[in-house]
Amino acid sequence: MDLRPTPEQQQLVDAFGALYTKESAPERVRGAELLLPPGHDPSLWAHLVELGVVAMAVPEEDGGWGASLLDLALIAEQQGRYLASAPIIEAQVAARLLARLGVPARDGLVTFALHPARDGVARLVPAGAVADEAVVLVDDRLLLVSLGSGSERVSVANLGSLPLADIVVGASVSVLATGPSALAAHQAALDDWMVLTANALVGIAARGLEIGISYVKERRAFDAPIGSFQAVSHRLADCAAAVDGARLLAYEAAWAGSSAGGAGGAGGAGGAGGAGGAGEAGRAGRAGRAAELAAMAFAFASETARDATYWSLHFHGGYGFMLEYDIQLYYRRARAWARVWAEPGVALRRVADCRYGPVAPGSVAPGSVAPGSVAP
Amino acid sequence: MDFELGDKSEAFRAEARAFLDEALTPELVERLYRSGVAHDDDFTRQLRERGWLAPGWPTEWGGQGRDGLELLALGEEFQKAGAPHNGIGTTMMVARLIREVGTPEQQAEILPRALRGEIVIVLGFSEPEAGSDVAAAQTRAVRDGDEWVINGQKMFTTNGHIGDYVFLLTRTNPDVAKHKGLTTFLVPLKQPGIEAQAVFTLSGERTNIMFYTDVRVPDAWRIGEVDEGWKVMTYSLQDEHSAGFAGDSERLLEHAESWASGSVDADGSRRIDDPDVRSRLARAATEIEVARLLQRRAAWMAHEGLVPVGEGPMSKLFSSESYERQAEDFASMLGPDGLRSYLEPTAPEGGRIEHELRFSLGTTIYAGTSEIQRLIIAHRGLGLPRAR
Repeated sequence: MDLRPTPEQQQLVDAFGALYTKESAPERVRGAELLLPPGHDPSLWAHLVELGVVAMAVPEEDGGWGASLLDLALIAEQQGRYLASAPIIEAQVAARLLARLGVPARDGLVTFALHPARDGVARLVPAGAVADEAVVLVDDRLLLVSLGSGSERVSVANLGSLPLADIVVGASVSVLATGPSALAAHQAALDDWMVLTANALVGIAARGLEIGISYVKERRAFDAPIGSFQAVSHRLADCAAAVDGARLLAYEAAWAGSSAGGAGGAGGAGGAGGAGGAGEAGRAGRAGRAAELAAMAFAFASETARDATYWSLHFHGGYGFMLEYDIQLYYRRARAWARVWAEPGVALRRVADCRYGPVAPGSVAPGSVAPGSVAP
Repeated sequence: MDFELGDKSEAFRAEARAFLDEALTPELVERLYRSGVAHDDDFTRQLRERGWLAPGWPTEWGGQGRDGLELLALGEEFQKAGAPHNGIGTTMMVARLIREVGTPEQQAEILPRALRGEIVIVLGFSEPEAGSDVAAAQTRAVRDGDEWVINGQKMFTTNGHIGDYVFLLTRTNPDVAKHKGLTTFLVPLKQPGIEAQAVFTLSGERTNIMFYTDVRVPDAWRIGEVDEGWKVMTYSLQDEHSAGFAGDSERLLEHAESWASGSVDADGSRRIDDPDVRSRLARAATEIEVARLLQRRAAWMAHEGLVPVGEGPMSKLFSSESYERQAEDFASMLGPDGLRSYLEPTAPEGGRIEHELRFSLGTTIYAGTSEIQRLIIAHRGLGLPRAR
């Protein structure tokens, strides 16, 4: 057991932290919200691409730099801390998905539609308003949809000021996979997205909490710093424990995803013992466990970021309600970055699918009814 | 990063699990519950034979020199199994303290017997008027030549009625600030003037109120310097505040999963297929993963020579509170049948979930209440000003 990042990982974290300090200060984040479409900072994105943020996500054998999911997770946490207005996670998830399917890296920005298209429309696609192409699941076909021509996209104003768009899948598409392999590829990409988003939410929660803590140390009422009141400090202590727990779980999910090779998706066996993954042999078991941890990490980080930013904002009093204070930037993104896919309950259902297998409709337990199991 | 404890620890875990499967017979489990005493001489003897009373101690002291991660694996298994480890735990906690700060005479007298499992040492901290505010202790120790005379009352001295020694927090100077007038002693329990009165608790565990009347203790049994008892306490409480209850939660979840998999609804559908049941189980599984990670982090930090100042209390706080939530949730998930008692033949899962509900209640209280943990996290972990 070792909870420290490697020196190389620490360098990576420091490099991104330094870049964001310069290129994603709160005024830049606010500035990007006013652009059309909102929430995309072209200059920051150019820096990030130069830094290799997409190339690093692709395995070496596919021409990339071969960063592990854990490496990417550490970067995602920094993105959350600084609310970087750039489609890093979507681009990395799409790049890994294309590499798994043997598709050479694309030139432009490729994003990943979290929801399968319904009635020909992929809804609330992250970075859908700024991407060149999107990977979209339409029934059992995984398509690469060109957004330049043929497909219509409608930018959507939203709570998180994100560059979201509804995309009408048009004729300009290429088929990446069909049938079960298409569904499996989509699931694996969704697992990657959940792991990375969980880590980004941890960054939002941690920084949001820090902002609240420093505020309650300064702000005085009734002749004392309000942070000395237990009604305030105990809530923050709860948040701090949850943030640390969310971070450990998000790291563990990324670590498990790194060693499981990214295969899997919900519905796999394994993990029912819940013994920390220990003693589970075989790739399938590890992949099932990795998928379970991905959903757990997403659910817990979502709730933690939601609550930490809520309390932090609330303890600002009226100032927390003012746009001028930064905590609202964190509050809105804590919700939007997660709910663009789903609320925590959906992820918990995925956890249950991993642990207990999919629901068998109308199934009846074998054997007779045991004592005490008679329904009320 | 690596989230596995490693082969050595997992091998030790497997060994511990195999032992517990055999040693913790249903008869023993029932006897322990009915007696309310989480200590068993025969179980203790079996641990001694394996060298597991103090596996983390250096070999020159009679330990096995196991590292922090091996101890973590062992502790997780003991906790999950509900092994009768309470008396051993307090004994070895005080023995370790004596190893660190005791006199050579104290060490010679206590350590060999503690390591052979021949004595039980219990903790005498809480008082009727001093619980979380443990430094407010009023039990008096007054010097009389080479001896001290002790008078007072202690609450919740678990195993006080079967123990051999009590590690006792006393007031030796009432005229200074409360933290500055405390002294700790190791007091032999089997002597005149000490009375244990049984206290029965919601979990079924028996604890005691201890009365000390003109109890004479040689100065040689003083631990640490006179009036510096708080320093000794700070050292010993560090262990307590790093506790966690993920293992208890895991046991609870397994019972809930077993119930859901093995029973059906009124309409004949499996409960494990009920979306509501699945969500509740999945939420608990997620929280347990978090609790285990927080617990492991605190243990890993100690293993690395770091002091988990705020991290230990985070583990204790989160794991106990989530365990309580889960026990409440699962006991109600069972419907009216959740009321059927532990060891009641008609109860689902043998009534284990009913017991977990009662047992969980203590975990947010003993070893530092949740409020004390939050104070430590806020002040020492987050740097917030002292509480008002």
